[in-house]
Amino acid sequence: MARISVEVDGIAYEDDVEPRLLLVHYLRDRLGKTGTPIGCDTTNCGACTVLLDGTSVKSCSVLAVQADGCDVTTIEGVSSDGEWHPVQKAFHEEHALQCGYCTPGMILASIDLLKDDPDPSEEAVRQGLEGNLCRCTGYCNIVRAVRRAAQEMRVTTP
Amino acid sequence: MTEQLDTGVVAQQIKEHDVLDAPAGGSEVGRARRRKEDARLVTGRTQWTDNIQLPGMLHVAFLRSPMAHARITRVDTSAARTRRGVVAVFSGQDFAGEQGSLPCAWPVTPDTVIPEHPPMAVTTVRYVGEAVACVVAVDRYAAADALEAIEIDYEPLEPVLDMTEALAEGSPKVHEAGNESFTWNFAGGDIDAAFHEAPVVIERTYVQQRLIPSAMEPRAVVAQTDGDHYTLHSSTQIPHVLRVMLALTTGIPEHKLRVIAPDVGGGFGSKLQVTAEEVLSLLITRRLGKPVKWTESRSEGNLTVHHGRDQLQRIRLAADANGRIRGVQVKLLADMGAYLMLVTPGVPLLGAFMFNGIYKMDAYDFTCTGVFTNKMPTDAYRGAGRPEATYAIERVMDELAAEIGVDPMEIRRRNWIQHSEFPYTTICGLTYDSGNYEAATDRALALFGYDKLRAEQSDRRERQDPVQLGIGISTYTEMCGLAPSRVLGSLSYGAGGWEHADVRVLPTGKVEVVTGTSPHGQGHETAWSQIVADSLGVPFEDVAVLHGDTATSHKGMDTYGSRSLAVGGIAVVRACDKVKEKARQVAAHLMEASPDDVEFSEGRFRVRGTGTSQTIQEIALATFAAHNLPDGFEPRLDASATFDPENFSFPHGTHLCAVEVDTETGATAIRSYVAVDDVGNVVNPLIVEGQVHGGIAQGIAQALFEEAVYDSDGNLLTTTMADYLLPSAADLPNFTTDRTETPATSNPLGVKGVGEAGTIASTPAVVNAIVDALRPHGVHDVRMPCTPERVWRTLRTEGGEPA
Repeated sequence: MARISVEVDGIAYEDDVEPRLLLVHYLRDRLGKTGTPIGCDTTNCGACTVLLDGTSVKSCSVLAVQADGCDVTTIEGVSSDGEWHPVQKAFHEEHALQCGYCTPGMILASIDLLKDDPDPSEEAVRQGLEGNLCRCTGYCNIVRAVRRAAQEMRVTTP
Repeated sequence: MTEQLDTGVVAQQIKEHDVLDAPAGGSEVGRARRRKEDARLVTGRTQWTDNIQLPGMLHVAFLRSPMAHARITRVDTSAARTRRGVVAVFSGQDFAGEQGSLPCAWPVTPDTVIPEHPPMAVTTVRYVGEAVACVVAVDRYAAADALEAIEIDYEPLEPVLDMTEALAEGSPKVHEAGNESFTWNFAGGDIDAAFHEAPVVIERTYVQQRLIPSAMEPRAVVAQTDGDHYTLHSSTQIPHVLRVMLALTTGIPEHKLRVIAPDVGGGFGSKLQVTAEEVLSLLITRRLGKPVKWTESRSEGNLTVHHGRDQLQRIRLAADANGRIRGVQVKLLADMGAYLMLVTPGVPLLGAFMFNGIYKMDAYDFTCTGVFTNKMPTDAYRGAGRPEATYAIERVMDELAAEIGVDPMEIRRRNWIQHSEFPYTTICGLTYDSGNYEAATDRALALFGYDKLRAEQSDRRERQDPVQLGIGISTYTEMCGLAPSRVLGSLSYGAGGWEHADVRVLPTGKVEVVTGTSPHGQGHETAWSQIVADSLGVPFEDVAVLHGDTATSHKGMDTYGSRSLAVGGIAVVRACDKVKEKARQVAAHLMEASPDDVEFSEGRFRVRGTGTSQTIQEIALATFAAHNLPDGFEPRLDASATFDPENFSFPHGTHLCAVEVDTETGATAIRSYVAVDDVGNVVNPLIVEGQVHGGIAQGIAQALFEEAVYDSDGNLLTTTMADYLLPSAADLPNFTTDRTETPATSNPLGVKGVGEAGTIASTPAVVNAIVDALRPHGVHDVRMPCTPERVWRTLRTEGGEPA
C-alpha cells in the first residue's frame, strides 16, 4: 500500500492505495466520484478524462499513486458557485450530447483545449478532441459547442 | 424558421432564436427545446449502472473461452477459491441445473434450428469469449486476479468461420443439427417473367462486414435479492422485455422480479438483448444472497456484446432498356454466429421488405439462409436489416445507371414512387403511407451543388487528376416504428409491437408521464414533455417523464427500431386525450354546464358562449379533494393508453456525398455531405438533427472504418478500440442537414421514426461516391470498409475487381 495525498474538486484526501490502483478507480470506487465514467481499457475513448494539475489526462491510464500531491478536477468540480462552466453550458445549448456517457471527458478535454487555444478553428477542435470518442452525435454539435464556449469565454475573460 | 420551397413543401432549419430554454407561448411540438436530460449529464450526476454501490456488494469477473470451438474436458476452480477476497467460483457445471437457455424470441420459420444456449458453457464452447467460469470477490481487482487461477482443459474442435464453407458438404458443425438455421423465402409478382428476356440484367455480390456496435457505456449489471424478490439494474434498452424473458429463463416469478434501466449510455441495438451476464448475475445473487455487480471491460465487450451486419448479399436486377426496373431477386446469407440470441434470425428479415427501396417493380424474390459459424452471435445493430437492404439496392441502382448510361439520379427518378402515387403498396406488400421523394431530392441537389460537382468531376477525369472526385447518392426509405403486432405475429415474432403510457395530473397540477419506452440518449424526457405540454396545456417544465423501471413503469415494449415516438409518443397522446375527457366531466360539473358545451384549449376549460372557465390545474385539485364531483365519478385525473400501430413508419430522404479519392495512395476524404430527411412532422428539431448526425456518422463508419475481424482460428483481432476503428471528430466532416416534412398519415402526430435513418442512408452514399470516382478505372465495387489499402488494391487488381 502507498499513502497518497490528493486534492479532488477542492477537497483534500489522504488514502492508502495499492500501487496498481488506477486513478479512475480511485475516483469512482474510493471517493464516489462517479461523474467520471470508464469507456474502454486502452486509453482510446477519453470518457474518463480529468484535469491533473490543470492538464487533461485519461484517468484510466494514470495510477492513483501518480496523482500524489496533485490537484484533480473532475466533471463534478468544474462548476463554480452553482454556475455551470461555459463549456458545460455550450454542450447543453448546442445539443452536443445524447447519451452523455462521453460528455464528462469531452468537456474536460475541451476545457484543456481552450486553455491552449482560446479561439480554435473547426479543424483545430476536431484535431484537438481526437482522443475523445462519441458514438451518438457525429461530433458536429460538439465542435459547435466548443467554439461557442470559446467565444463566451473570450467575452467574459478578456 | 420556415421556408417555402418551390416544391411546395416546408423545410425547416434550426435557427438560433428557435432554440429555447424558456417558455414562449404557442405550440411546444415543433420547437427546438433544449433537453431536460442534459443537466445531470453535463454535471456528472448521472446514474450509470456501474455507479451503484451497495453494502456488502460483491464483484463478478468472467473467465472466457480462448477457443472458438472446443470440448471442455476438465475444470478445476479449487486454487481460485483460495485467493484473497474470493467468495465463490463457479463453472458452467455449477449452473447446469438452473441456468436454462438464453432466449431467441424470433423463430422465423417453423423449422428454424434454435440450439440450446447455456449462459455459461458446460460441455462445449462455440466462440471465443463464451463464458466458462466466474469469480465472485470482494472487489473488482480481486475478482480479476483470481481468474488466472482457474484451470480449464479444452479438447480443440475444428471451427468454421466462413458462411459459404459452413454450408459446404463435410464442413465442421457448430451444432449437431448442422450449420443451417433456417431458409426463409418471400416473393411478390412473377420473378421469372421479370427476368425473361430482360434487356438489362445486373448481378452483384456485396459483403456486409461484421460490425461491433460500440455504445460508449460498457454493459453493467447489478443484481440483488431479499431472498424473495429480486432487483436487477442493467445497462439495457429493454427493461420490460428483459423482465419477461428473465422470468421465463430463470424461473424467478415475474411479479418478484424488478428490472431497472437507469441512465444508459447508448445502445444502438446492442443492449436489445437478454445476456448471459444478466442471467448469471441473478443466479449468483440467488446462490449467495449478496448483491453482485459485473461491469465489462471494453475488450470483453468487443468479444461478447452481440455483433451486427455480417451478410453476403447476391442481388440481381432486371430492367427494360430505358432503365425501368422489372424485378429484383435477392439471395442472402446471414451469419448468425454461434447461437441465436433474442432477435438474431429476425434481423435479416427486417431487410426482406426493403430491397425494393423506394422503387416500383413488377416482381421481387427474396431468400435468406441463416448460417451458424464459430463467432459471436449477431443481432440488432442500428437499422437491423434495413441498412443492409438499402445498401444493396442503392449500390445496384448506380450500376444500373452506369449500364444504361444515364445519371444515377435520373435512373432513380425513372423508378421511384411519385408523390402523387401515395399511399402506395409496394411489391413487398407494404403500404407506404406518405412520401415526397421529389421534394427531398430537389432540396438536397440544391444544397449540394450537384451540377457544379459533376462538372468538376469531369474536369478532373479529363485532366487525369490523381485525386478523383466521386459523387454518391442514396435515396432511401426504411420501415420503422416497430411495429403492428399482427404483422410481427405473421412473421413469427414472439411479442407484440404496441407501446404503453400512463399520464397522471397530480393535485398541484404537475404532470407525471410514465412511458414504456426506455431512452438511452434519445431525449424522451424532453420530447414527451413537449407532447404533453401541448395536449394538456400545461407548462413544459411541469411535466416529468418516468421510465425504465418495471416497478414504476409496469408495461412497455422499450426502445429500438425507431419506435419510441411513432408508437410510444402516440400512446402518450392517447392517454392525454383520456385525461382531458375526464377533466371535462369535472369541469362541466363544477361550472354547471353540459360536458358538450365545454371547450378545452391552452389548459383551460370554458363554457361555450360564457366567460366561465376552469384551468386543468384547478380541476386537478378539485378531483383530488373529491368534495364535489359528478355522481359516480372516480376521483382520479389519470389515464393509461396502449397503442398498437396499424402500419410501420416510412421516413425517407436523399443523401449526397462527395468523396475525393487519391488514386495513388487509395486515401479517401469526404468533401461534403448533404442529407435531406423527411421524418414527417417533428416534435423537436434539435433532437431530430442530432439523431441524423449520429446516424450518418455510424453509416460512414461502416463505409470507411469499421470491421470486426476474426483470424482463421476464430480469434477476434479487433478486441480493443485501438484495433476496431471508431471514427473520432478528426475523421468526420461537418454534415449539411435539412428536412422536408411530409406528415405520416398513420398516426395523429404525423410523425415518423428518425433513430436509424441516417445510418441506413449514409453507407451506400459514401461507397457509391468512391465507386463513382473510380468507375473510369473499371472499378464497380470496393469492399467495406473502404480503407486506403482496399481502395489501392482494388485499383491495381485487373478489371477493378474487389480486392
